[in-house]
Amino acid sequence: MREVAIIGVGLTKFGELWDVSFRQMIVEAGAQAIEDANVDGKQIDAMYVGNMSAGQFIRQEHVASLIADHAGLVPIPCTRVEGACASGGLALRQAFIAVASGIHDIVVAAGIEKMTDILTEQTTEALATAADQEWEAQIGATFPGLYALMARRHMYEYGTTEEQMAMVAVKNHHNACFNPCAQYHMKITVEDVLNSAPVTYPLKLLDCSPITDGAACVILAPAEKARRFTDTPILIAGSGQASDTISLHDRPTLTGIRATTEAARVAYKMAGVGPRDIDLAEVHDCFTIAEIMAIEDLGFCKKGEGGRVTEQGETALGGRIPINTSGGLKGKGHPVGATGIAQAVEIVQQLRGEAGKRQVEGAEIGLTHNVGGTGGTAVVHIFKRGD
Amino acid sequence: MGVPRFWREIPNRYNLIGTKCKNCNKVFFPPRYICPNCRRVGKLEPYKLKGRGKIYSYTITYVPSNGFEDQVPYVLAIVELEDGPKITTQVTDCDPNDIKIGDEVEIVFRRMGEEGEEGVIYYGYKARKI
Ligand SMILES: [Zn+2]
Repeated sequence: MREVAIIGVGLTKFGELWDVSFRQMIVEAGAQAIEDANVDGKQIDAMYVGNMSAGQFIRQEHVASLIADHAGLVPIPCTRVEGACASGGLALRQAFIAVASGIHDIVVAAGIEKMTDILTEQTTEALATAADQEWEAQIGATFPGLYALMARRHMYEYGTTEEQMAMVAVKNHHNACFNPCAQYHMKITVEDVLNSAPVTYPLKLLDCSPITDGAACVILAPAEKARRFTDTPILIAGSGQASDTISLHDRPTLTGIRATTEAARVAYKMAGVGPRDIDLAEVHDCFTIAEIMAIEDLGFCKKGEGGRVTEQGETALGGRIPINTSGGLKGKGHPVGATGIAQAVEIVQQLRGEAGKRQVEGAEIGLTHNVGGTGGTAVVHIFKRGD
Repeated sequence: MGVPRFWREIPNRYNLIGTKCKNCNKVFFPPRYICPNCRRVGKLEPYKLKGRGKIYSYTITYVPSNGFEDQVPYVLAIVELEDGPKITTQVTDCDPNDIKIGDEVEIVFRRMGEEGEEGVIYYGYKARKI
């Protein structure tokens, strides 16, 4: 297996981008990454695109062809990868495998979702298809409702509070203020979260990540060739992916995501590091409870202590293990298929020392964690400075 | 959801029929077509669940999915059944603020939701506090 490095990154503005189309977004993110990597389009061998549901959001399937076409990259092989909200993480992993195996050299991993071309309730309905349609959705389970079931059980078993969950949103909104690409540049308070509209107890509106348009792109190369393109290659030191039951009710526990634990175990082993070695992480905070469970499942604290370490500021910028410096899904926005790639963009910028006001000083090892649905899929990647 | 897609599961939805593996004795609901524990040596056969259990977790939904607007707010729960499996179900005939984890429930037959004014009305199971 060859060592693999990221040599370029690109990210569009995240938000409700009514004036920009699906194809404009992917071209913008791709063009930025190509310029950042200093590669010529002719050098690109293949492309993987994470996209959850262009079929539902813009009524367009076969987006791999559309993207290769509009990026001016035909006839390279381009493959769309789907794993609900983990689609981007899966695309990154497929690109990593393609380069590591030696089949391709320069590979693009992109992610995109255009979610605001349909009505909000249609978008919500489309997102709910990540859950079991016949035995969850048909019963009346919404996607936030399923995370609420996890939250309520976490509160019951560990005493996690609604205030602690709110603190995740407050922190991530704070971080997003320093990220020019973030959807929100708006600080919020714990009271704002607690007083926001109830969605599905115990989750309120400000516990939930927003509906977002956005695209992200990274370019991968074999590590031995990476220096031809950049002085600051970032190595993908570990990659892990795992599956679990699609329905929440079929799992032995609701207070963690087994697929996260398993994907992390594989990624840590490949990278030869453990949770204590990680300087910062981008985790999948689709709901505030999801970040609390993620930092436990990734080993940054003991099971059940995620709420407490959040309350004590350990996951804030300047804390013991800064989590979601980009603003996370909550503050930066969550264009589902783009999220896994956007997480990698943030870690690359941090490890290069290019994260501006949200820079984690001396960051050398970073981690990304991307979840599909309620945890039926999880992907973890570990990145190291390559110099 | 299309009519055939709901109709083909009616025996399971109306009568709470899952499957039981003759090899490892584990009960599955919704029904499975292969035992994830035993795989090739598993032998699944229909099994009618007794339909009693305890609330394992719950949420009170204020923003519903399509077809459930007239039921808001409703309690959605994961119930741990005495037969073994956990199921996702609404809790009916209750004050949403009076639900606790550990509450004992039984599964009853109820109207689930509908697809528009002239659409199909779905029936199925809900939980009710005992
Ligand atoms: Zn069996």
